[in-house]
Amino acid sequence: MDFSIAALLTQDGITNGAIYALLALALVLVFAVTRVIFVPSGEFVTYGTLTLAALQLGKPPGTVGLLTGLALLAGAIELYAALRQREWRRLPTRLALYVVAPLLIAGAVRWLAPLSLAFPVQILLTIAIVTALGPLLYRIVYQPLAEASVLVLLIVSVAVHFAMLGLGLWFFGAEGSRTPAFTDASFRIGDMTISGQSALVVLFSLALIGALYLFFGRTLYGKALRATALNRVGARLVGVSPILAGSLTFTLAAMLCAVSGVLIGPITTVYYDSGFLVSLKGFVGAIIGGLVSYPAAAAGSLLVGLLESFSSFWASAFKEVIVFTLIIPVLLWRSLTTHHHEEEE
Amino acid sequence: MKSLLRYAAAAAFFLCALASADINVGVTLSATGPAASLGIPEKNTFELIGSPMIGGQKVNFIVIDDKSDTTEAVKNTRKLISEDKVDVIIGSTVTPNSLAMRDVVAEAEVPMISLAASAQIINPADPKTKWVFKTPQNDSLMADAVAISMRANGVNTMGYIGFADAYGESWLGEIKRSAQTAGIKVVAEEKYNRNDPSVTGQVLKLLAAKPDAILIGGSGTPAATPEKELVARGYKGKIYQTHGVANSDFLRVVGADGNGTLLPAGPMLVYEQLPEGNAVKKSAAEYVTIYEGKYGPGSRTTFGGHAWDAYKLLQLAIPEALKKGQPGTKAFRAALRDALENSKEVAGANGVFNMNAGDHNGFDNRARVMVKIENGKWVLLK
Repeated sequence: MDFSIAALLTQDGITNGAIYALLALALVLVFAVTRVIFVPSGEFVTYGTLTLAALQLGKPPGTVGLLTGLALLAGAIELYAALRQREWRRLPTRLALYVVAPLLIAGAVRWLAPLSLAFPVQILLTIAIVTALGPLLYRIVYQPLAEASVLVLLIVSVAVHFAMLGLGLWFFGAEGSRTPAFTDASFRIGDMTISGQSALVVLFSLALIGALYLFFGRTLYGKALRATALNRVGARLVGVSPILAGSLTFTLAAMLCAVSGVLIGPITTVYYDSGFLVSLKGFVGAIIGGLVSYPAAAAGSLLVGLLESFSSFWASAFKEVIVFTLIIPVLLWRSLTTHHHEEEE
Repeated sequence: MKSLLRYAAAAAFFLCALASADINVGVTLSATGPAASLGIPEKNTFELIGSPMIGGQKVNFIVIDDKSDTTEAVKNTRKLISEDKVDVIIGSTVTPNSLAMRDVVAEAEVPMISLAASAQIINPADPKTKWVFKTPQNDSLMADAVAISMRANGVNTMGYIGFADAYGESWLGEIKRSAQTAGIKVVAEEKYNRNDPSVTGQVLKLLAAKPDAILIGGSGTPAATPEKELVARGYKGKIYQTHGVANSDFLRVVGADGNGTLLPAGPMLVYEQLPEGNAVKKSAAEYVTIYEGKYGPGSRTTFGGHAWDAYKLLQLAIPEALKKGQPGTKAFRAALRDALENSKEVAGANGVFNMNAGDHNGFDNRARVMVKIENGKWVLLK
């Protein structure tokens, strides 16, 4: 291996690592606030890419139908809840959030899809659709189970993963799609050629991570989420609504996944079932961060990306084995160095 | 009153017997899961076939999904045989499933027509494979075509990158054998998974070995990933694909990077370009016209053709078997097996079958053509 190959592999590893990092952040965020292991994160990624690919072909993507269906279902649940509790005061806001907003997005996409839109508009529409799925999923699936044990939440997540996987096959078919590159530009540093696409992926990821940092550090909602993550009961006592926290978390996580999907589209072919493996690698990154630390999760994901890239060069047949075996020494090291305290379930 | 009941019972029994005189064909396909891109056109094909009359008998195709999963395929096979009392099994889409199903059909003595590629499914001829037939071309037939084409293009060294699964392994084995016969050296072999986001590492390693040609052993759109990477890294040699990529989705995903790619394929892919008088032209046209009539122009895949060919074999074998026994009986199934084994000059969508006890596939060179991708179109190489 000479320097140019090592440089190419590093670049490839960092690009993939940046995408895994976004997923790892989504996983850590969701777990910290709601204790849900966000297994379907991979499906949000594939929905992102494939929705964009469908928009490129001028077709309204299948996810629009899903969005409409979930919005109506969430509306029905809210109505039923209001009827049972005879509590009408909050209903208009909730209906506006869970029904009107998603239906507006769905309507806009249906109307705009056949027009040949500019690429950036298609990207924005894609992110809007997939992000809107997040809070609806929380409302319908996780909110009624908010007090359940981690194990129950995990099992439900696996079920959601399979449901979304099947829907993905139905919406997008078995074959994969690619989206066009954001830029064909490339530039040189010394002997090394860096593709504009890779640079953009890394820049986008960094910008998103920075934005999240500001959100959690400077805004009231961000602080409320942090408070919920630290101590759910305490946060509730000082007036942070767990429903709001959960809903906001899923919105953010869905957005992170959708952006990953848009970023990964030009680099690789994405299939309806690609998401699970990608999210699993993000999960390995998140585990390195102990599912609590954002910087460690991002660094862990970068490590996963690099390890994957170099092992695909040295021993392509054992690539996945090497990446997933990484989790064993990490878990050993973590269980030896951290104090163990069982959370009361 | 009692006798009335007895008559009713007898009549009901008789009606049941009449109903079961239908011929039931059990079909297990990988319509979901990793092999869905192969299984879906096969499923579509059986939807086109419906419930036709063959030899004066209604034939029901009972199609179920095995999720590309071996255990599921075996379970489906058992269920079809024991509950639906099928006379013949078609499937499954992929090699591992088909291999596992052989034990079940051999034990129950039900003939089976596999739609998967590997020659291992029907070889060697022994009591287990006695009941098993297959319609897709053997990988060895296709690998020979690749090696011959490479030789003609002056290729001395080749690299291989393929799926890290049964498909990729089987092709690697076959191409090594064919290449050796043709005097071509395999200088690099790499693996990847169909869902890998990147194959940069493998491609760099291939390029370092500087092969004259590279064969990509993948199926469907995932086979485009290494090809796009090779082109992006400036590979100038010939790129070969396998017949697993023969669908329009591959052309869509590979785009302009696919120009000049060579691959062996079933003749139905380019039947319009075949010379008049070609043995397969008419039978391929028949299938493609019906299929594209329903699913749109350009929707043909050779995988759907394998399903159609299984139907074509049955169309000729069932009338023969009906002479020897009633559907649903052991005698009928044995006769059906014998009739399948004696299929002679049966023209299907992908080639002409001539089976015998030692060859339960029966394809010859008429079942393969070399095709080149030019500007998003399949072009027959003369």
